[in-house]
Amino acid sequence: MTKEYKTITEISGPLVFLEKTEPVGYGELVLINLPDGTTKRGQVLDTSADLVAVQVFEGTGGLNEESGVVFTGETIKLPVSKDMLGRILSGSGEPLDGGPRIIPEDRVDVNGASMNPYSRMPPEDFIQTGISTIDGTNTLVRGQKLPIFSGSGLPHNEIALQIARQAKVPGSTEEFAVVFAAMGITSEEAQYFMEDFEKTGALERAVVFLNLADDPAVERLITPRMALTAAEYLAYEHDMHVLVILTDITNYCEALRQMGAAREEVPGRRGYPGYMYTDLASLYERAGVIKGRKGSVTQFSILTMPGDDITHPIPDLSGYITEGQIVVSRELHRKGIYPPINVLPSLSRLMNSGIGAGKTRDDHKAVSDQMYAAYAEGRDLRGLVAIVGKEALSERDQRILEFADLFEDRFVRQGRDEDRTIEDTLNVSWSILSELPEALLTRVDNKYIEKYHPAHKSK
Amino acid sequence: MKGEIYRVAGPVVTIRGIKPKMYDVVHVGHEGLMGEVIRIQGDKATVQVYEDTSGIRPGEPVVNTGMSLSVELGPGLLESIYDGIQRPLMVLQEKMGDFIQRGVTANGLDRERVWEFKPLAKNGDSVKGGDVLGLVQETENIEHKIMVPPTVSGTISEIKSGSFKVDETICVLSSGTEISMMQKWPVRKPRPVGKKLMPNRPLITGQRILDGLFPVAKGGTAAIPGPFGSGKTVTQQQLAKWSDTDIVVYIGCGERGNEMADVLNEFPELQDPKTGRPLMERTVLIANTSNMPVAAREASVYTGITIAEYYRDMGYDVSLMADSTSRWAEAMREISSRLEEMPGEEGYPAYLSARLSEFYERAGYVRTLEGQEGSITVIGAVSPPGGDFSEPVTQNTLRIVKVFWALDAKLAQRRHFPSINWLTSYSLYTQGLADWFTENVAPDWVPLRDHAMDLLQQEAELQEIVQLVGSDALPEDQQIVLEISRMIREYFLQQNAFHPVDTYCPFDKQYKLLKAISKYGEMATAALEAGIPMKDILSVESKDELAKVKFEEDFQSALDVVMTKMDKEFAQLGGK
Ligand SMILES: Nc1ncnc2c1ncn2[C@@H]1O[C@H](COP(=O)(O)OP(=O)(O)OP(=O)(O)O)[C@@H](O)[C@H]1O
Ligand SMILES: [Mg+2]
Repeated sequence: MTKEYKTITEISGPLVFLEKTEPVGYGELVLINLPDGTTKRGQVLDTSADLVAVQVFEGTGGLNEESGVVFTGETIKLPVSKDMLGRILSGSGEPLDGGPRIIPEDRVDVNGASMNPYSRMPPEDFIQTGISTIDGTNTLVRGQKLPIFSGSGLPHNEIALQIARQAKVPGSTEEFAVVFAAMGITSEEAQYFMEDFEKTGALERAVVFLNLADDPAVERLITPRMALTAAEYLAYEHDMHVLVILTDITNYCEALRQMGAAREEVPGRRGYPGYMYTDLASLYERAGVIKGRKGSVTQFSILTMPGDDITHPIPDLSGYITEGQIVVSRELHRKGIYPPINVLPSLSRLMNSGIGAGKTRDDHKAVSDQMYAAYAEGRDLRGLVAIVGKEALSERDQRILEFADLFEDRFVRQGRDEDRTIEDTLNVSWSILSELPEALLTRVDNKYIEKYHPAHKSK
Repeated sequence: MKGEIYRVAGPVVTIRGIKPKMYDVVHVGHEGLMGEVIRIQGDKATVQVYEDTSGIRPGEPVVNTGMSLSVELGPGLLESIYDGIQRPLMVLQEKMGDFIQRGVTANGLDRERVWEFKPLAKNGDSVKGGDVLGLVQETENIEHKIMVPPTVSGTISEIKSGSFKVDETICVLSSGTEISMMQKWPVRKPRPVGKKLMPNRPLITGQRILDGLFPVAKGGTAAIPGPFGSGKTVTQQQLAKWSDTDIVVYIGCGERGNEMADVLNEFPELQDPKTGRPLMERTVLIANTSNMPVAAREASVYTGITIAEYYRDMGYDVSLMADSTSRWAEAMREISSRLEEMPGEEGYPAYLSARLSEFYERAGYVRTLEGQEGSITVIGAVSPPGGDFSEPVTQNTLRIVKVFWALDAKLAQRRHFPSINWLTSYSLYTQGLADWFTENVAPDWVPLRDHAMDLLQQEAELQEIVQLVGSDALPEDQQIVLEISRMIREYFLQQNAFHPVDTYCPFDKQYKLLKAISKYGEMATAALEAGIPMKDILSVESKDELAKVKFEEDFQSALDVVMTKMDKEFAQLGGK
């Protein structure tokens, strides 16, 4: 019944235009049969009674006007099943690991529908990542979207993997899974992830989607949607807590820009499409917890900032959508500090709901605020010292300057396999805060000073 | 006449075969997706569709309702959460589950719910638009006035009393016109008022930097621009929680789902400081999050302001928060580019500035049609790309609004909250409200505040010198200025929205806190003149203790203890 059209009138970049079709649905999946017998897939971008525009995922190489076009009558769907766990799939969902095709329990539209805000449960379960700069000062909670903003050549992959290995909700034994989607990263980088997953046995609990640097860029627009569809399925149909790692968001946005240019759209800021905010939101907002359902989707994606510039449209628009960001710093990396996370521009907006008495510890918020204030001031003083010398500083300022060093050395710096409990993290915090005069601890209630300050505790 | 779809390109659908008017609401496709006509060209018309258009094909039917996009106004708005086109999200959840599917219609007001109507007007009364026919107790503290729709007038021939549903007739005019408790109003058209008045009362927010330094008047307009993570949403939520208004309309326009869930979770638990009742009872929420359709995002702002106008017409003080107006502007840009309109600055349509001013113009302190006084205060968040305030949405907004609360990423990074920059922010209401403050806060409030602002200004200048020579090189009186301004910043301006006590600071407390800092300043200056060493003046313990009094449940006694100690300490120094 599905009719094949040979009415292509124009091929331009990743786009194919054809005419004289039956009415075709917007967003419909399209199969294109090439003269050499291969098949490519695409999606309807614009449809009218006279002309249809199709975006081809695997690229238009090899296509000509002889190619046959079949409209499938449905939007792009991902066959889903619990058996996806342990599998490696291509960026458009085909098995890459030589295993059998997934026998679907269901087929789900990859675009996902938007979650009704009324159905959302505000995320509040503390996830311990074992990394102090996250747990202590930028706490992650289940259902949050908290990307890593990094730069090329920085150890964001190590950090992401360390988190994937160590993340747990203290005291919980519920099922968890990792959905990993590579978008335009090199095969070497992908290998790095796969080896770590295999070594630690994480692969059994993971679904991997791979769109590598030499795979077509257009496919990248579908890959994260496939991954999030799999994640939602595992979370909401199989009650799992899913950690989604998308890497690299920057490559995704480049593909988006490329498509926009191919469609000859009016570009927005720095050539990226004007709708990039909305498009990125359609990915990031697919994190969350739903009232009355057990599972959750947490996103911890990687984004490399072009030129380390946080005001570049990709990190900028992301930051406006996500619930904070973990910023990896070249400066700290050069100093030899791992993980080189700069807490000052980092933020977890959901931290307040995940910490405190009964969740982490009663003094958590105050300790974090105090460290931020002192570290920020200490870093400013470093700039001043470079000009006027240390001697020109008041006694107070000198202590704060020293605090900044201690903070980087004892709080930020930790081993690649060092899995700190939240207690460890808060204890390290107090041990460095106690090096400051007590009168400077203006952010901490006296009751916490009495309870946790080493000078009082021992008494 | 039957129309059909000609073309589908994302949220923009071209139709043909019918002749709609501009802004008519049409239903497109077999599923009857709702949309609004935004362009007419020859035999075709362009429709922005409020729902996802995937799978919709050319040739599917189109039906014109002949009505413009309207909201339903009547009892039951309060405590609701709507999407951008006033569909109650709770009803959508009942009808289609946790994810929003399309093609579902839902009435803004519940047709089954029964309200007790108490008439105030009588048979034979002659009434005109805006006159009050009777009352409904909508929530514990809000009396909902049932008004004659603005365009209707006549003589009452029958008025009922008792329990009614919103669409049942409660009043008949001699002309035969039937009036129910519900009226509809097209969202893009401002509701009429009697007269616009000059705003002359402050909106008291309980936020020190806002009330103290940059107050907004009831009926005024304010913008709060800032880069991501600088505190726009927290500030807007603080205003929604603690402002002394009667009604709050909170629009989540293209922002996060979790933030709306948070409000929904929190507001029923929190108490209105004025009435002690749950905050939700005075609140209407509009949530069209970033992943919901952009056309409905564009409409959400109008839906919100029309609801606000309706309560203003009852003589209430309403405040409206729109988070974020930039997402609204982007929705306009997205639709405009699909229409292939000529782009203006940064791709925004040329009418951006006009739309923004039309929107803010709907704020105001007014005499209503009935002769009461009511107000709408509009506070818009702006999200400039890269935090750069020179971009079109920020710039066009600043040309209109009277209050500018400039958020500063540097302050946010060091966790100075609210991270409102005290040097670049301004309020054009400060002068006009001075009398009110003098009368209602304290006779010396205005000079106290002006002095604080002056110190902060001096600090900024001194800091430039400190950057070159270090603070120890400054003369001692200037070091005192630095210390007092630090106290103003840390003790007074910083306010933790998440601290149970500090989150809301009554005006009286604001005054006492600033007064205490100023007192230290006076004593320190006097001591310095009396030859006391700087080091001793700075190490007065009570000064550091003053940092924490704002967190105390019993502020007054904590302050008394500190101030008594301060007197004693300075006496010991021999200063005074
Ligand atoms: N008054 C405040 N007290 C304490 N914390 C605050 C305050 N204001 C902001 N914050 C902190 O800053 C974070 C970011 O604030 P917020 O979410 O309001 O930013 P935003 O400007 O709305 O960002 P975006 O544009 O991305 O939505 C909050 O999660 C909170 O941790
Ligand atoms: Mg916000």
